Amino acid sequence: MTRYVMVADLRRCIGCQTCTAACKQANATPPGVQWRRVLDMEVGEYPDVRRVFVPTGCQHCADPPCEWVCPTTATRRRADGIVQIVYDLCIGCSACAVACPYEARYKVEKREFAFGDEPTADEELRADDSLIGVATKCTFCADIVDAGVARGLAPGKDPEATPACVNLCISGALAFGDIDDPQSAVSELLRNNKHFRMHEGLGTNPGFYYLWDREPS
Amino acid sequence: MIMTQRGSGAPWLQRSWDSRAACNFIGGGSGAGLLVAATAAKFAGWPYFPAGMLAIALICFGLSMVWLEIGRPFRAVNVFFHPQTSWMSREAILALPLLGFAGAAVIIDQNVVTLPAQISLPATPFALTSAVLALAFLCSQARILRASQGVPAWREPSLQTVIVVTGIVEGLGLLLVLGLFIVMPPAWIIPAAIVALVVRAAAWEHYRHRVTLTAPEPAVAALNRASVVIHLLGHLVAAALLIGSLMLPTSVVPAAVAGLSLFATGAWLKFVVVTRAAFTQGFSIPHVPVRGRVSTALPATYE
Repeated sequence: MTRYVMVADLRRCIGCQTCTAACKQANATPPGVQWRRVLDMEVGEYPDVRRVFVPTGCQHCADPPCEWVCPTTATRRRADGIVQIVYDLCIGCSACAVACPYEARYKVEKREFAFGDEPTADEELRADDSLIGVATKCTFCADIVDAGVARGLAPGKDPEATPACVNLCISGALAFGDIDDPQSAVSELLRNNKHFRMHEGLGTNPGFYYLWDREPS
Repeated sequence: MIMTQRGSGAPWLQRSWDSRAACNFIGGGSGAGLLVAATAAKFAGWPYFPAGMLAIALICFGLSMVWLEIGRPFRAVNVFFHPQTSWMSREAILALPLLGFAGAAVIIDQNVVTLPAQISLPATPFALTSAVLALAFLCSQARILRASQGVPAWREPSLQTVIVVTGIVEGLGLLLVLGLFIVMPPAWIIPAAIVALVVRAAAWEHYRHRVTLTAPEPAVAALNRASVVIHLLGHLVAAALLIGSLMLPTSVVPAAVAGLSLFATGAWLKFVVVTRAAFTQGFSIPHVPVRGRVSTALPATYE
């Protein structure tokens, strides 16, 4: 079996938002929509306060609440663990948006542009009306992953089969791969480091891991 | 230890469902409650037609508000595709026979259509079926909120009881209001309304207590603010009026005013829960990253 997951090393993330920009470039998301975003968190109480950058987005849960509540079956989990939305089925009811504990879903009602009322040349070229009025979210760049796998490439290892945010992360904080493959980079990272997942108590079994310390050798 | 945080990632009021969604819970819930109450009153000889018509109108109003909220209204038929797990699908699927049976009961009760003499259709079985479906519809609405894992004030299990009981209370309240315009409702309606409002008050207090343990502070504050109105007008004043109407059985006005209060505070309760207490969970991390412990730590002699 294959289950694609993402690993974010909180020790390495510097909050530069390059992953956010890479995602927006790769997926042509409109203003205000950030499928990959980085939280700038303050943790602790004065005087012991720390600043932590936490990349987040769709956690591609193994037991996704967004899939249970979707009345149209538009949200579905693939065999490789990627949770996807069939835009032609979605009615934009937002039940998935309120079901997601990770605030990962977006819906835009009309085309919006980054600079004023007119689209840029790139926005005009990449406009996709099928994304208006429906739920959207991080896809783990499934089209890139699928195309890469079809060419025999390894997601997480070969850039042409790896999500854009991972490819462009300047500090190497993000990693992607198959957690069921013990030889994959993500499996090795999880073996060698202490890690947690966001809101684990909700039982969603997210596919997004956060590294925070090394395992004692 | 889960460390709370400030800055980005703090809980915020979700905007995905707004007052239109609240109207679905208000219209659908009160309409379903009214169908149940009207069916019970029908057994006591109370006319089904006005209450049935109002209930159908309320349910249709609620569903149409949802239709106005969805991003792709012309694909609305897709809502029926996932009854295996989606309570929204189940609610929609239940709505069809619910409206059908209620409509049939109204038509037969009022003799809107003249049937051939050899066909004798009593309205009661249709009304009874619609009441059962209305209860299921009400429970589906409660489960829609329960399934919304991203909003702590909604996923709290005790909210289900509040939503169901509030629907029944609203239905009884509307029946009391209709009594002002038609004929006095059956005598048992007032004691039933008193019991129902006591149950709602208890369910609401239990829910508020549970939410305090899990929901973000702004959500709890919104519920606390609403609670003053709900308890004062919806429970204390309504109970006093209902008890008063027991003592003055010849006047329907106190009961009708109490009914209006029960309905209005029920609607307000649901409006607040859906639009004002709907703060997301936000983000928190159980550990902070450990940086520089070995390779970059300053020498002990460096002060």
